[in-house]
Amino acid sequence: MAGVDISHEMGLHTEPLKGRDIKTMFSLENEGTYAYAFAPDVDFNKRGSVDCEGKEATEINGEIRELIESGHGTIVLDNPGAKHSIIVGILHRMNFIVNGSLGYFGCGLLDGPTVRISGRVGWSFCENMMAGVCVVEKNAGSTFGAAIRGGDLVCKGSVGSRTGIDQKGGTILVGGDTGAFSGFMMQRGRMVVCGNAGKNLGDSMYDGTIYVGGEIRDLGVDAVPADLTDLDKAWLTRKLTQYEMMPENGVDHFTKIVAGKQLWSYDNLEPSEKKLVL
Amino acid sequence: MCGIAGLIHRKGSSNVGQEMTNMLQALKHRGPDSTGFAIYGEPDENTFVLRFKVAEQEDLSASLKMGDEIAARKQKVDETLKDLGVKVKELEEATEYAFRYEIQYSGDMQRLADHIEDIEGAEILSIGASLELIKDLGDASVVSKAYGLDDFTGTHGIGHTRMATESDVDIRSAHPYWAYPYSDIAVVHNGQLTNYWLMRRQLEREGQRFVSNCDSELLAVYVATHLEKGFSLEETLRKSIDEIDGVFTYLVTTKDQLGMAKDSMAAKPMVLYESDDMVALASEEVAIRAIIPHEIDTWDPYDEEVRVWQA
Repeated sequence: MAGVDISHEMGLHTEPLKGRDIKTMFSLENEGTYAYAFAPDVDFNKRGSVDCEGKEATEINGEIRELIESGHGTIVLDNPGAKHSIIVGILHRMNFIVNGSLGYFGCGLLDGPTVRISGRVGWSFCENMMAGVCVVEKNAGSTFGAAIRGGDLVCKGSVGSRTGIDQKGGTILVGGDTGAFSGFMMQRGRMVVCGNAGKNLGDSMYDGTIYVGGEIRDLGVDAVPADLTDLDKAWLTRKLTQYEMMPENGVDHFTKIVAGKQLWSYDNLEPSEKKLVL
Repeated sequence: MCGIAGLIHRKGSSNVGQEMTNMLQALKHRGPDSTGFAIYGEPDENTFVLRFKVAEQEDLSASLKMGDEIAARKQKVDETLKDLGVKVKELEEATEYAFRYEIQYSGDMQRLADHIEDIEGAEILSIGASLELIKDLGDASVVSKAYGLDDFTGTHGIGHTRMATESDVDIRSAHPYWAYPYSDIAVVHNGQLTNYWLMRRQLEREGQRFVSNCDSELLAVYVATHLEKGFSLEETLRKSIDEIDGVFTYLVTTKDQLGMAKDSMAAKPMVLYESDDMVALASEEVAIRAIIPHEIDTWDPYDEEVRVWQA
């Protein structure tokens, strides 16, 4: 246990942690534990902008950090030019407005912000998002919302293949079509596709729900149709209305897909529920 | 990883040399080892463009006598062309080891190609009425500058930035691949073909010849043989998705067409922009933005998608 001794010597067991430590996360007396230590307070009404023209991703993200540190709660990005890896690791409840398109790995590792993108996004948009809202007005590339754990991820156009691969929570809404292997290894959360879905939908999923408004080319292993209940319809109506994506013919025609297998040792409690129970 | 890009103008020629350079330079991060272009100019009747090399770039530093060796190899190529009755209209020394000849030849193209390839160190990069295939080590701006592509006017082209994974960092293993010995057909590919040897042996039994061990060359030969058998480019690309295994997205060009095929897993990226004037495709949208800076609508083609556009 030499490691434990060293960690004590370094003060790791005594210093006040401000991060989301599991032991203190739900301590209502300590409000500070709900925020990241490296996430300064921002004012939604304080608006800043970054012109991405001629800049590398590192420079753009650096300018975003500087604006956040100076309290800007709304940041506008102009001329993003489909550049990669922009708006990543943002851990605040704040607003981003992107006038244009982002490239690959945009908005990765988000926990809290609201992002509106007027253009298109490339592969792996919003990968690992924990919380927040991201709305893309046009199309999106493959692996849209890979491994997201929470929040609402919206694409009003069509998306590529493997949408929501390894989805662990949250909601993915697609206004158009989605490609092959969408919902592959889905573990939790909901995915809504208003248009058609490609082959192997929900392959190897073991929890979560997929709703498809159009045609499904074929289902993957372990994905099975289920009855669309009134609760499902109410939820779909609420969500699609919220993002102005409600189809003219309503939601009654949607097909509901769920996991068809039972894993003996699988625990389907949401992490937050589990923590409350424990 | 590798990056691929292509474009085709639907209403006449443009400066495709500069456009392809800009697109490929934007994809430099996907493959810094070598860059290649297959660009299609305006054909001159009865004239073919022959591009060949007689050494690799790294050979230049291998021996002090390499300059003499290169001159001797080029001399042999010149003599071979003369023996075959090829008339050289124009000769251009693109680099110390790579050459561009404008030739007039009405004989068997395979015979011509075989005789040149038989010379030690000589490798044909392309023969075509409008195709010119340029590839070398370095990024797009370096290769473009060395080969003077800035002023190249034409209708369409494809290109490749290579990250060497399966074969050496040399010109022989760089893309695009010309479909030996068929004129005006070239391919760029991002992916890996898992039944390469099976398919290659099948094509070799039919008499086809390969000049490298790179799986991407298979696609060029496969497409060329099917076109020769009478299949359309679209039929050929659809057939390739059924018959060729692996993960791949590839672009193919003929003298007046640009085609795209994506495998059944859709594992390799491709972003597509299409307008009345032009079509541009690339592994990443940043490459398209390098020639169209304003906001545009783009999308990802789906699995098993095949598209063909006419110049």
